[in-house]
Amino acid sequence: MTRFIVRRFLAMVAVLFAVSVIVFVVFMVLPKQNPAQSLAGKNATPILVKNIEKEWGFDDPLPQQYLTMMKKVFTGELIQYEPRIPVDDQVKEGIPATFSLSIGAALIWLFFGLLLGYLSAIRAGGWLDRILTGVSIAGISIPVFLLGPVLIYLFANQLEILPNGRYVPFGEDPWEWFRHLILPWVTLAVLSIGFYSRVLRSNMLDVMNEDYVRTARAKGLSERQVMTRHVLRNSLIPVVTLFGLDFGATIAGTAILTEAIFDLEGVGNYAAEAVLKFELPPIMGVALYGAFFVVFLNALVDIAYAYLDPRVRLGESASE
Amino acid sequence: MPTEPSAERGQWSLALRRFVRNRLALAFLGLFSLIVAFVLAAPLWANHVAGTGPNEEHTVEQITVDGEKKDVVTVEGKPIGPQWLAADGKFFLGADSRLGRDEMVRLMYGGRTSLLIGLSAALLATILAVILALLAGYFRGWVDGLIARTLDVIWSLPVFLIGLSLGIALAVGGLKIGPLELSSGSIWNPIIVISIFTVPYIARPIRGEVLAYSEKEFVEAAIAQGAGPLRVMFSEILPNLASTIIVFFTLMIANSMLFEAGLSFLGAGVQPPNSSWGTMITTGVELLRIQPLLAILPGTMIMLTVLSLNIVGDALRDALDPRGKARMDAALEFEAQGGTAGSRQGTALG
Repeated sequence: MTRFIVRRFLAMVAVLFAVSVIVFVVFMVLPKQNPAQSLAGKNATPILVKNIEKEWGFDDPLPQQYLTMMKKVFTGELIQYEPRIPVDDQVKEGIPATFSLSIGAALIWLFFGLLLGYLSAIRAGGWLDRILTGVSIAGISIPVFLLGPVLIYLFANQLEILPNGRYVPFGEDPWEWFRHLILPWVTLAVLSIGFYSRVLRSNMLDVMNEDYVRTARAKGLSERQVMTRHVLRNSLIPVVTLFGLDFGATIAGTAILTEAIFDLEGVGNYAAEAVLKFELPPIMGVALYGAFFVVFLNALVDIAYAYLDPRVRLGESASE
Repeated sequence: MPTEPSAERGQWSLALRRFVRNRLALAFLGLFSLIVAFVLAAPLWANHVAGTGPNEEHTVEQITVDGEKKDVVTVEGKPIGPQWLAADGKFFLGADSRLGRDEMVRLMYGGRTSLLIGLSAALLATILAVILALLAGYFRGWVDGLIARTLDVIWSLPVFLIGLSLGIALAVGGLKIGPLELSSGSIWNPIIVISIFTVPYIARPIRGEVLAYSEKEFVEAAIAQGAGPLRVMFSEILPNLASTIIVFFTLMIANSMLFEAGLSFLGAGVQPPNSSWGTMITTGVELLRIQPLLAILPGTMIMLTVLSLNIVGDALRDALDPRGKARMDAALEFEAQGGTAGSRQGTALG
């Protein structure tokens, strides 16, 4: 087990290294454009460009630039180009919005995803199952950039019962915090509700055919007891695994879009804006912090999985 | 699995029969065909009905609606709403923004771009994935190790964020690697970004299947007859992967279209003056309060396309592989031996 954990963490470091190199190459090597030139503006004198190059270290050899940048990431000294403020501060400022959004949405999608999946499975083949399956397939297919605008139009512009976005800190006004996040939460959660309910449904249908379920029925348990204690509990394991993997990916993926649609000043929005301004330091910072979060969650899930299912870690050592 | 030619034909026609029996899937296949017909008809509508191209601006023009003159864009910059057939089909869905471009024409041409990118990215990703999976599954050893680890790394990346960065880098500077040269506005840029990052979703499950097949008797027999690696990979193993490839390809078109729309929505995908449904949403969102249709229409088109592809893909899976469970388990077992908890595959695509 220790070996498995060590290997898993080595793999994690490798992935983070890969992320940093890829982002660096994408921004510093691929483009033909000199970052100092764009920083200096269109009508800059060659001397000004030279000075900026020197100041930011753009004239160093690329490997040297990479090392300098990595050192800054670890010491928290990354500075964004324009305006010159530390990346860390910006990320820290964005974290409450991003976490409020993604954790709230995760609670909603887990609750409704599991509820719909459970109802669908115990009525498999019936009309309720058909309706719920239709609802979840539709949910999977609604992109956030359709659902978000539709919700804003209906609830903020037409009915005027909810605000159209922006983040209000919890400490400032908990009720407004909640009201402002309702639409973003729903937007982010709907896709996963559809997805999780389908996963749970198919898991439950598989488990229902297991021998131990037949045994449970045979020994006279009520249908409800069989379903909740035996079928549901065993079907939840893959869902939990999926959640560990999905949550990180959601923060680094659809949450960026949701933040952009609802103008939430989160980490994702910060990154998206930096991408459009073509600024390397914030992207490097956010990509690495984000990747660390995703990869760390994945590693935890894999370790939990290996702990629960010995075949995984046995397979590991047998293949060497 | 039967391998005689006649039995093989039987298997495909059985699958077709199973698919045709699925009414819902047939209906959505019909819907998808309608969408394709809609975007293919773009030049017809543009030339014969609307009389304007997708990028032609009509900022200060007036059109005749029921004998009355109307501004395409008002002085305050508000675009005209849907005219339906009142102006002989001109501005059927209104104008898109203060630039006064015909929304209907843009919707049709934008759909072309979206579908083209979805199809090409899915095709490119599938081809790459199948080749990588065949190499990894057939040669095993360090080849497999290298390919599987690379896929793992891509899989663990914050794909959307890096895709976004790569997309904007290509959109700003283009790309020049050897003979391959892409201009900054080329629609190949998003296609390449999307296919690179979606390869692992297809390659991982297929690699598991290749591993399983390469231990089967028919492969051993082929090797004993003196077949080289290429022949074993492409004429012995590849045909057996056909049903999985078809299913993943269908689902991947939907996935790629969503990816493209996400990139374009944030400005890192299709670049102006070209439009896709994703960029049209971005334009539309700014006018959400006064002309909500401008954001909702392209969004709905994406949703309908993705929905029909998802349903057709699911039905294809059921039809082609009714005992799919068994095969998936075999693939999972090999994944586990390869050193990763193979729980993730398949889940990402539903």
